[in-house]
Amino acid sequence: MSFQGKKNIPRLTSDKLIIKGGKIVNDDQSFYADIYIEDGTIKQIGENLIVPSGVKTVDAYGHIVIPGGIDVNTSLQAPHMGMSPADDFYHGTRAALAGGTTMIIDHVVPEPGASLLAAFDQWRDTADKRSCCDYSLHIDITRWHEGMFEELETLVKDHGVNSFLVYMAYKDKYQSSDSQMYEIFSILRDLGAIAQVHAENGDIIDEEQKKLLDLGITGPEGHVLSHSEEVETEAVYRAITIAKQANCPLYVTKVMSKPAADVVAKARKKGMVVYGEPITASLGTDGSHYWSKNWAKAAAFVMSPPLSPDPATPDYLNSMLSCGDLQVTASAHCTFSTAQKAVGKDNFTFIPEGTNGIEERMSIVWDKAVATGKMDENEFVAVTSTNAAKIFNLYPRKGRIAVGSDADLVIWNTKETKTFSAKSHNLTVEMNIFEGMECRGFPVVVISQGRIILEGEKLDVMEGSGRFVPRKAFPDYVYKRIKARSRMAEARGVPRGNYDGPVHDVISMTKSVPPTPTTRGPSCPGKTTAGPARNLHQSGFTLSGTQMDDHIPRRTAQRIVAPPGGRSNITSLS
Amino acid sequence: MSGASFQGTRSIPHLTSERLLIKGGRVVNDDQSFYADVYVEDGVIKQVGENLVVPGGVRVVEAEGRMVIPGGIDTNTCLNKAYLDSPPVDDFYQGTKAALAGGTTMIIDHVTPQPGTSLLQVFEQWQEVADRKCCCDYSLHVDIPQWDEGVKDELEVLVQEKGINSFQVYMAYKDLFQMTDTQLYEAFSFLSNLGAVVLVHAENGDLIAQEQKKILEMGITGPEGHPLSRPEELEAEAVFRAITIGNRVNCPVYITRVMSKSAADTLTQARRKGCVVFGEPLTASLATDGSHYWNRNWAKAAACVTSPPLSPDPTTPQHLHTLLACGDLQVVGSGHCAYSTAQKAIGKDNFTLIPEGTNGLEERMGFVWDRAAALGKMDENQFVAVTSTNAAKIFNLYPRKGRIAVGSDADIVIWDPDRIKTITAKLQQSALEYNIFEGMECRGVPVLVVSQGRVVYEDDKLNVQQGTGRFIPRKPFPDHAYQRINTRNKVIGRQAVSRGVYDGPVYDVPSTPKYITPAPSAKTSPTTQQPPPIRNLHQSNFSLSGAQVDDNVPRRSGHRIIAPPGGRSNITSLG
Repeated sequence: MSFQGKKNIPRLTSDKLIIKGGKIVNDDQSFYADIYIEDGTIKQIGENLIVPSGVKTVDAYGHIVIPGGIDVNTSLQAPHMGMSPADDFYHGTRAALAGGTTMIIDHVVPEPGASLLAAFDQWRDTADKRSCCDYSLHIDITRWHEGMFEELETLVKDHGVNSFLVYMAYKDKYQSSDSQMYEIFSILRDLGAIAQVHAENGDIIDEEQKKLLDLGITGPEGHVLSHSEEVETEAVYRAITIAKQANCPLYVTKVMSKPAADVVAKARKKGMVVYGEPITASLGTDGSHYWSKNWAKAAAFVMSPPLSPDPATPDYLNSMLSCGDLQVTASAHCTFSTAQKAVGKDNFTFIPEGTNGIEERMSIVWDKAVATGKMDENEFVAVTSTNAAKIFNLYPRKGRIAVGSDADLVIWNTKETKTFSAKSHNLTVEMNIFEGMECRGFPVVVISQGRIILEGEKLDVMEGSGRFVPRKAFPDYVYKRIKARSRMAEARGVPRGNYDGPVHDVISMTKSVPPTPTTRGPSCPGKTTAGPARNLHQSGFTLSGTQMDDHIPRRTAQRIVAPPGGRSNITSLS
Repeated sequence: MSGASFQGTRSIPHLTSERLLIKGGRVVNDDQSFYADVYVEDGVIKQVGENLVVPGGVRVVEAEGRMVIPGGIDTNTCLNKAYLDSPPVDDFYQGTKAALAGGTTMIIDHVTPQPGTSLLQVFEQWQEVADRKCCCDYSLHVDIPQWDEGVKDELEVLVQEKGINSFQVYMAYKDLFQMTDTQLYEAFSFLSNLGAVVLVHAENGDLIAQEQKKILEMGITGPEGHPLSRPEELEAEAVFRAITIGNRVNCPVYITRVMSKSAADTLTQARRKGCVVFGEPLTASLATDGSHYWNRNWAKAAACVTSPPLSPDPTTPQHLHTLLACGDLQVVGSGHCAYSTAQKAIGKDNFTLIPEGTNGLEERMGFVWDRAAALGKMDENQFVAVTSTNAAKIFNLYPRKGRIAVGSDADIVIWDPDRIKTITAKLQQSALEYNIFEGMECRGVPVLVVSQGRVVYEDDKLNVQQGTGRFIPRKPFPDHAYQRINTRNKVIGRQAVSRGVYDGPVYDVPSTPKYITPAPSAKTSPTTQQPPPIRNLHQSNFSLSGAQVDDNVPRRSGHRIIAPPGGRSNITSLG
């Protein structure tokens, strides 16, 4: 609790509220009940509640009441080549609330070599001032070195951070080698944190970018051509392999393509503790726009991994979400204005990466998955909120409508439609990659920390009201299995006696010796010399020891010690 | 330079070559089987058919209805690969003897230069030794120990003048042979331009190094540490990565030593997606499993040490045979690299020092017959394909090798599918004192082996002569691997989208690359007006960047838009 500092004091502005007549939808069940909220938490759930007088009543009749969404992947502050994103913590969280998301987890991206703690403090400072909804922070490990261990430990134990992102792309900038990833994963496992990966093979991308630029392809289509699906898939596969070796839970951010999602699903079927996060963009649109004749439009879609040019991708990913093969939806919201994107107008590798999606996330999942009958409303709550809360150890404070949980609630209209447009969205960017898309399902009332933020069309946010929500290490949902496996997976050596047979004498000089038999080094003690024409290696060694499980006849030339009873090792030669 | 001149003096027909008629056998090629006689003269098959007219005085061999198959081709041997300066106990003489006794009439050996040495020099050294010692025809793969600019010239010479069309790269052996993904990408690109086949030793060396450290720290020093530090996931991962890179570069990839189910499955899936990739399981992975690493007898456990290791999963051999039978895996090699127990014992206190390699050259064909053909998994034609023909096609030896046809080399085996042989170190040709297949029974043996038109193995007796093996040069761009690659190169040309030049506002990137505090006042674009400091600067006042022809939705009123003129398709001017 001490993590939260002064923000923990109940807000004076918090209302006493009763939500009446709605259907409460959690990830496990739906039921009709009223909800009474006081001091930012849910106090009572049931019918015919006894509440103090003068309580404001919110009518949810005909709608569903769901836990507020949790968007676990935003970059509202991370600069790209010195450019800050167009949507900062204020605009970003405002848009989040307008879309039914009441908590975000933002990525802290320290400059390579800079202190993680300093970057964390800086992020906290800005977010505390600007954020309109509760938030938490992931930290990206942009350059690994041994000395980072203490910072990681401090962050996990004292600052409430339990998730760290490792990059497999951005060669010579953020990219970690396989060895480094293994080290990082091992440490994170010991600390009880979750390893996140940005999964793309940076080496291949780098080569492909060079090749494409040489071919004269400089527009945004070069981005998707150089970041092919295979490159994403390969990295996902490798990340999972490394995590398996280190017995560390893995969270793959931004699952953008069908094969990458398949790899995650397959690994889960083999028992791996791995989670996959498709994002608003990959669920709502595809990568055909990279070939748009309009440069600004094409550039607006530039992000990594890129949207897949395969138009069947969104449908496929929504299906994977529905069946539980993918678990969490995020937005990876990171927006840059067209002028910022235009820094890369002559070279696609300079286009700052990121798309919008923080506001559209919940509606797109509803429209593409629930409204089409792929997913039920409970699964909808799971993938937009509950699963994230469980994985990142926010549950049941967040992600559930229950007595004692935070009063982050959304009243969701499932019947009507809303159209996304840059004209009406709550962001500062001039482009919306979902422009013109009509979505069924949108929030009519959003309650954050017990306060009504959105009601109908009216958005009433308060800058700086967002609290930092610390997260403890070893989330049960993730670590129960990991802990059991750590106990089980102890490898053991085979107890053998010392080998005391002949040992070939290694010549100390390292230069290559011509491979004629006569020039070989001194032979082993006790070795007989064979005739020169015959291969010298037809060795005259006596066979090295007793072989208790070997009943077959031997060559006559070999002398064998009859193994005494239960002796199990190779110790003596005759 | 013509192909024939590669062979130098060795292409002269041997004086010892016989005229030979193989009568009454069933000729089995990879595509069909038929009863016919085969007439051989000057080391070449001259006639195939019934009632052949042949000169008098010809030696006649009665096949008595048994199978007459093209001699086996073993694509993976290491008969001259020294470990810490001590050569393997089976050299080219000993090794090729074992090969012939097992029905294999050609080997392709790996030239393994150390980092920093000249590939050409080492290649010549290998060739010199092999010419002196080989008893059967041979060719050479060259391993690339490290990637740098200097290697490129040598590779070019090797491909164009020396008759080498296959090179191995390593994804394992960190800080020794291992290449980074960038280097692999460059190597693949370069080799595919030369028309060579890339062989990959696929294991993730970074992770192996980490695991080895961990396992040694745990106090595990015996051979069981070898498979523990190289779990099959690391093999499968590297196979996946190699294929990904190969596919990006459009280069044929040949995975040597497919040892585990997951690696084989990865390869299978890639083939389903259309990748040009080939997989080579080894005798060891097809006939035994990795349970022996836990043997109490150190020497036995160490004898199985090879990389990637044998999988401890006992169902692995069956699975690999099934994939061979259905064509998902293509070639069977032996990975024969024999070190004596004393040599293996260099690593008696540290498994990472145990020299790697198992036997398998002599047993290769027998086990494929026993475990696949004799069980009905695979027919006799597929047996010929995986033991000989496919290798000949991939490495551009076909139809000189790998087929019984007029004009092909007279490398022929009469195969008895029913005879049973028990494998034991006592009776083997190899100089090893221990055979990892010791005691196994194997159905299917060669009864007679003809190499270069000469009967070299008959009635369980070898009749070979050192130095009779010829170097067989191989031309680049083998059709079997490269036809598809060449076509793809033509059709997958990537094109840029033709757009006008973007001339909207461009954000001014501050030139200082160091970390900038994200206070809004720190950066402005020259065209922007100074916004109030609290508000986000990026609530940009830029005018929208140009006409958007495919964008018919209404805009914010604050943006100025030029109505797009009719068919204009590019973004050029701002209002």
